[in-house]
Amino acid sequence: MSTVTQTPSKNIFVRLLNMNTSREVGGRDVPLWRQILLQVITLIIAIEVLFPIMYIVTLSFSSKTTRPSSLELIPKEISLTAYQQVLDRPTANPVTFSKLLTNSFLLSAGVGVVALFVAVTAAYAFSRFKFKMRQVLMILVFIPLLMPAVGLATPLYLLMNQFRILECGNEITALYPLMSCAEGVTGKVVFNLRDSLLGVGIALVAGALPFAVWNLKGYLDTIPLELEEAAAIDGANPNQTFFLIVLPLAIPQLAVTFFLGFIGHWQEFALSWLFLSKPESYTLAMTLYNMTGQYANAIPWNRFAAMAIIVALPVAITYIALQKYITGGLVTGAVKG
Amino acid sequence: MATAIAKKTRKKNTDFRKAILPYLYLLPAFAVMAVIVFYPLIYQLIVSFTDFQTKDLRFGLASPELNFIGFQNYVDILTGSLPVQNFDFLRVLVFNFWWALTNVLLHVPAGVVIAVLLNTQGLWFKKIYRAIFILPVVVPPIVVATVWRNIFDENYGAMNQFLTAAAQFLGSADPVRIRWLTDFTPPIEWLLPTGALTLAYYAMMVANFWLGWPFMTVVATGALQSIPSDLYEAASIDGATGSQQFWRITVPLIRPAMIPAAVYGFTLSFNLFAFVFFMTGGGPARSTEIMVTFAYDLVRNLRLFGAAAAFSVFIFIVALIVFLITNRITRATESYTEA
Repeated sequence: MSTVTQTPSKNIFVRLLNMNTSREVGGRDVPLWRQILLQVITLIIAIEVLFPIMYIVTLSFSSKTTRPSSLELIPKEISLTAYQQVLDRPTANPVTFSKLLTNSFLLSAGVGVVALFVAVTAAYAFSRFKFKMRQVLMILVFIPLLMPAVGLATPLYLLMNQFRILECGNEITALYPLMSCAEGVTGKVVFNLRDSLLGVGIALVAGALPFAVWNLKGYLDTIPLELEEAAAIDGANPNQTFFLIVLPLAIPQLAVTFFLGFIGHWQEFALSWLFLSKPESYTLAMTLYNMTGQYANAIPWNRFAAMAIIVALPVAITYIALQKYITGGLVTGAVKG
Repeated sequence: MATAIAKKTRKKNTDFRKAILPYLYLLPAFAVMAVIVFYPLIYQLIVSFTDFQTKDLRFGLASPELNFIGFQNYVDILTGSLPVQNFDFLRVLVFNFWWALTNVLLHVPAGVVIAVLLNTQGLWFKKIYRAIFILPVVVPPIVVATVWRNIFDENYGAMNQFLTAAAQFLGSADPVRIRWLTDFTPPIEWLLPTGALTLAYYAMMVANFWLGWPFMTVVATGALQSIPSDLYEAASIDGATGSQQFWRITVPLIRPAMIPAAVYGFTLSFNLFAFVFFMTGGGPARSTEIMVTFAYDLVRNLRLFGAAAAFSVFIFIVALIVFLITNRITRATESYTEA
């Protein structure tokens, strides 16, 4: 094997352009001209990515509620008034920011946890057991994944609307539709499942469950079967194998699945906007929509931008921190069929 | 003898337990889904044959004013005779497929090319770029869509301001005032025979491109890093050029990861409710309406519960067909252990 030696050019400019810029040992050489070309391309992509983000960040730091008349991508002033106003009084209604935050958190965490617990055993069954109807049952589970939550919105709305707690007067409460007030008494609705975070949460689990099954099954598929076989030889029954061997191994993926369910519903808007009517059960995502509304001229843009960043930031930071695990899980889930 | 029988029954018992075990593991999920998925689906089917309206909400299906009208809702949807302006079922359906398909066809190649670019050995600031390029994945779509709607605003939008700045640079003094989201005249008239694409579609494509390719890059990067580097070394010793290496090594080896990702991207775009709803709301004149946003409009604003249920049945049928086809491509429901 002969090494190819280029005769070094006498022109210092040409030599500079062909200088290796790769700092990785053992890798291929990257001449300077190529490095510059790649840097220009990646920089353009980075600008494309940062363009809308910088636009909204700039808006949020502005003390004026109007949008600038010319393009501004770097904040001219750093004013936190918009953030302060949003935290003090997020909507026109007397609802505190912490109430909205709690609602959002309860809804997304609740949906994430319930979906996870219900999904994990199903994912294990689909991953490991052979049984009749396996394909059919699996298709049944995946139906809502394609049938978006909005597609199920009508019947869920109508069904949940049936569950009401009525106050019939005389300190009698009725649990509709199991009980109803005496004839002729309409009663006052004190609780409507449809108009509550609980109802929205129940409806959202319908969409979250299949995703959790899919995501967990992909990961369980990658746990070597030998571990379970060894456990069985040692006398463990299938339940012990599942709870003592498989579940502990799946903890990272359980965390990722919970987190994906959490962020998926952190920004949930469609069903909550359809179901909820009382401002005290609004979520952050709904508030954000409420700010833009139909009357775009009256939008306080700096407050809207601040709110958008407040909604996005916690999710974005956690996502970036857990990025390795999340994408790893998604990829294994996708690749292993 | 007695012990033999005992053994036999015990064996029979364990056999039985083994046989029902998978169903026991499936029980929680199916119990929950029976209540919140399958029962509503059946309820939906029944409602779709009625003229359910707001006045029936109090008593549900027991409402005395409820009429069963057979397939009238379905016929109304297909013939476009719902009391809704600018509605054409075929146009919404075709647009929906076109929207999902064009998105995936843009996002996947762009994602792969950028992943390859970022994977170049010796590229400076690689980590910084990786961190920046993940940002669109982590920002909630609801925020993305509202921000992009704002960017495409006619008077104050960043896009028109950017184009104005670019035009001034080229010597034109007139400010650019493109009505991105409200103009109804299609730029390319012959595109899509069922209803030409308005400017809002192109604006949405730009915004969703921003949102879509980074995910594909993430998946492609994962796949690229699992390709052993000696393959490339062997190829370059044999004299393969960069583009030959890309088409003969990179593309075939990342295909198993990219096909499910593309299918996932397709179904995601197909039902991209929050994005479409916030960006254009289906407008102008329902030209960018996809199936889910229209169904939502039927319930939330028009309160036509019966028609909405019938429309959801159509969504269900379309989704099922799409699922069965894509399932054949990715084999997602097949077992790992049986393979």
